[in-house]
Amino acid sequence: MTTKLLVANLSDIDVLGSRTIKIQNTEIAVFRLTDGSVLAVENKCPHKGGVLSEGMVCGTAVHCPLHDWKIDLRSGRAQEPDEGCVTTFETEIDRESGSIYVTI
Amino acid sequence: MTATKKKLVLIGNGMAGVRAIEHLLKLSPESYDITIFGAEPHPNYNRIMLSSVLAGGADMQEIIINDWSWYIENNITLHTGHKITNIDTERKKVTSHLGIEAAYDALIIATGSNPFMLPLPGADKEGVIAFRDIHDCEVMMDTAKKYKKAVVIGGGLLGLEAARGLLHLGMEVNVVHIHSYLMERQLDEAASKMLQRELEAQGMQFLLKKSTAAIKGKRRASGLAFTDGTEVDGDLVVMAVGIRPNIELARAAGIDVNRGIVIDDFMRTSLPDIYAVGECAEHRGIAYGLVAPLYEQGAVLAKLLAGVETAGYTGSVTSTKLKVSGVDVFSAGRFGDSPGTRSLKLQDDLAGTYKKIVIQDGKLVGAVLFGDTSDGAELFASIKKGESVAGREKEILLGISSELLGQSSGSSRLEAMAEDEIICGCNGVSKGTIADAITNKGYNTVSSIKSCTKASASCGGCKPLVEGLLNLYSGDSIGEPVKEGICGCTTLNRDEIVEGITKMRLMSTNEVMNVLGWHNPEGCTKCRPALNYYLGMLYPEEYVDEKESRITNERYHANIQKDGTFSVVPRIYGGVTSPADLKKIAEVAEKFEVPMVKFTGGQRLDLLGVKKEDLPKIWAELDMPSGHAYGKTLRTVKTCVGNTFCRFGTQDSIGMGIRMEKAFERLNAPAKVKLAVSGCPRNCAESTIKDLGVIAIDGGWELHVGGNGGIKVRATELLTIVKTEDEVMEWSSSFLQLYREQAQWNERTAQWIERVGLDYVKKALEKQEDRLALTARIEKTLSLTTDPWKQIIQTDELRKNFEQLSGAQPAQI
Repeated sequence: MTTKLLVANLSDIDVLGSRTIKIQNTEIAVFRLTDGSVLAVENKCPHKGGVLSEGMVCGTAVHCPLHDWKIDLRSGRAQEPDEGCVTTFETEIDRESGSIYVTI
Repeated sequence: MTATKKKLVLIGNGMAGVRAIEHLLKLSPESYDITIFGAEPHPNYNRIMLSSVLAGGADMQEIIINDWSWYIENNITLHTGHKITNIDTERKKVTSHLGIEAAYDALIIATGSNPFMLPLPGADKEGVIAFRDIHDCEVMMDTAKKYKKAVVIGGGLLGLEAARGLLHLGMEVNVVHIHSYLMERQLDEAASKMLQRELEAQGMQFLLKKSTAAIKGKRRASGLAFTDGTEVDGDLVVMAVGIRPNIELARAAGIDVNRGIVIDDFMRTSLPDIYAVGECAEHRGIAYGLVAPLYEQGAVLAKLLAGVETAGYTGSVTSTKLKVSGVDVFSAGRFGDSPGTRSLKLQDDLAGTYKKIVIQDGKLVGAVLFGDTSDGAELFASIKKGESVAGREKEILLGISSELLGQSSGSSRLEAMAEDEIICGCNGVSKGTIADAITNKGYNTVSSIKSCTKASASCGGCKPLVEGLLNLYSGDSIGEPVKEGICGCTTLNRDEIVEGITKMRLMSTNEVMNVLGWHNPEGCTKCRPALNYYLGMLYPEEYVDEKESRITNERYHANIQKDGTFSVVPRIYGGVTSPADLKKIAEVAEKFEVPMVKFTGGQRLDLLGVKKEDLPKIWAELDMPSGHAYGKTLRTVKTCVGNTFCRFGTQDSIGMGIRMEKAFERLNAPAKVKLAVSGCPRNCAESTIKDLGVIAIDGGWELHVGGNGGIKVRATELLTIVKTEDEVMEWSSSFLQLYREQAQWNERTAQWIERVGLDYVKKALEKQEDRLALTARIEKTLSLTTDPWKQIIQTDELRKNFEQLSGAQPAQI
């Protein structure tokens, strides 16, 4: 069963920035990209568990702050030659109110 | 301005001539209007790689050195498919066979060479070709589709490469050679026989000591008839018996020619303003056919034309390191046996290796290697140096020991290394992984190996080893080194980027990436912070720092630890604290339950294991400035006690250190900057491994620069000695600003000085007016900085990024 949750407003997150939220023991990082979209993944690098929310966002990827693994925020997959995947969560933005929803 | 430009015309669009132009453009991009004529309908390509194209290792596109856009970008007028038919040396102009004229102030002849076609009866038949250019390759490929048998005349390098290509194309190949063994110009008989065995195993057939009398056939060639009465069949005849300098044009113009166009040490021909380089030229009686000498000639010519002082070209000692059908061969110097020389040989038919060294008067004068050529570079260096090897001949034969030649024998050490030995300690990449990437996956640059395996992707300390492995395993597939940009997003280097920013007044990282044509529109973690730094350095007043382009530590003003917590290091000027500050730090550590408090190597205290949410609160309670222990900026100024307490101290090192730390704190730099001040030459503050180290002497101060105690230890070099503390500040300020303006992002002073040389730094800081100008610029920059911790504490908008989102609610509806 999935639940859609209101987690933040666009104004809470800087462009190319990220904020985190803990839902049922899972920390989720919510990213805002330059194209206006918002993507959410589990805040844990598949490599050594680095906090992805603190990484640098380039395009649709975030670079883990610990060892620079590049994680695609859409698929959750690490860029080769690294191997691994983080859980991604569906997001939705209400353009009028700026509300950001995450489905878990 | 255009009117003042001189006209430069190059005849010949090949490797030697265009290389000279490339070099000239680097030295003096604006001084000439350049026109190039090329007889072939292609841009400049790597002729040496033609055999790889035939053998299937590369396609035509990959052997292009400079594509069409290169000519456009450099404002070069290019006429391909134009053969120059006349040089009018009186009126200084050239004319092509299609009637195009070009006037010149300087003319470079780089017409290369022509394949030597034996004047045999029947040499004009269809199916008789040379092996020289792209067109010949195309004919071979087409022929292989229709016919089965090929004959190559010539058992030299060129002939064998053609034969290998034809074999690869599925043809049956006979190689005809007039000599009793193959490649006699590069190999001695023993090595040659080993090579022949190897090539026969691959399917090549040889007809040695055969002299061709005629080419058989009607309209099309059908085989060869030899002088001894025997014959061989073949539908394709490739003549690869040698090359001749292409000198007809020069001769017709009245330029002195011999075997080649005669040139002096500065590539000047007998007529004024006419130069020649490459295979068409003859220097001190030698017309070279290898790339290295041609490039050396091109470099001298480029400097001459650019008005840069240069020593003349004095000729090249050449070595040959080749891969013939997958077999490594090497030779250098005089490797044949002749009166006065003695040789030592080691032949191993089991391993398929052979080594011969030739000694004359106690010196190494020549060498041949077969199968294993890893000693080639060392042997060649020894031959060039002309040093005495008396008494060490056997050791050289059995494997050069590094101690003996006084230099490390890198490649053999790398070769001997076990497959599972770790090369890149940061990312745990083994030698085997890198070797696999090179040999099986075809990566042939350090940057592509880096992105594929991660070797050298972190600290970069292993880059020389990766380069060594690349040289070791890539063999002849490593052509021209690919130009590497600052990261995978661009091919531009630091200087080109900074020039682009200044010229076009680009004002944001986005603008730079757009205008300068980044492949990845939003860059990566290497280029974005670099651009952010360059922009801030160039426009300290106008540029707004982009926090999203800073690495994590610099965004959170704390060091991220492996568990996602952070460490906090408050500034403790010169390492001098007070009971009150110590109490405050202790209380904060207790209140926030900081798991560890540790002294750093830079004489301060580190609070480790702090949660991100607590950072602003801790900073507020500490009420101390940030120690910037996390950034590419001034870290610490380490001091010893100095004459305040120490009985040996000659000056107030603590006072000096604190003054420097207060002056330079918060300074953005290409990389972290560590300073130290020692009160006497005992140097207890370890000034000689710092970026800038000051050592007090009786009556003055020594300023040492470019030290490093990290990845690669490097001792400082002495920059200058001054008398007063004010002078210390003036020199330090100007040195640091010079570093800020000139170094690449992420380049420590040690690497920077290794690259540019201390003399460059000394010269740049020699005049007081220059020092004062640099000092004024660094002071301007410093005056605009604020303490980042205070700024975050005071600004809600910044502080929110340290907090979690307030909480999730179920969506309405």
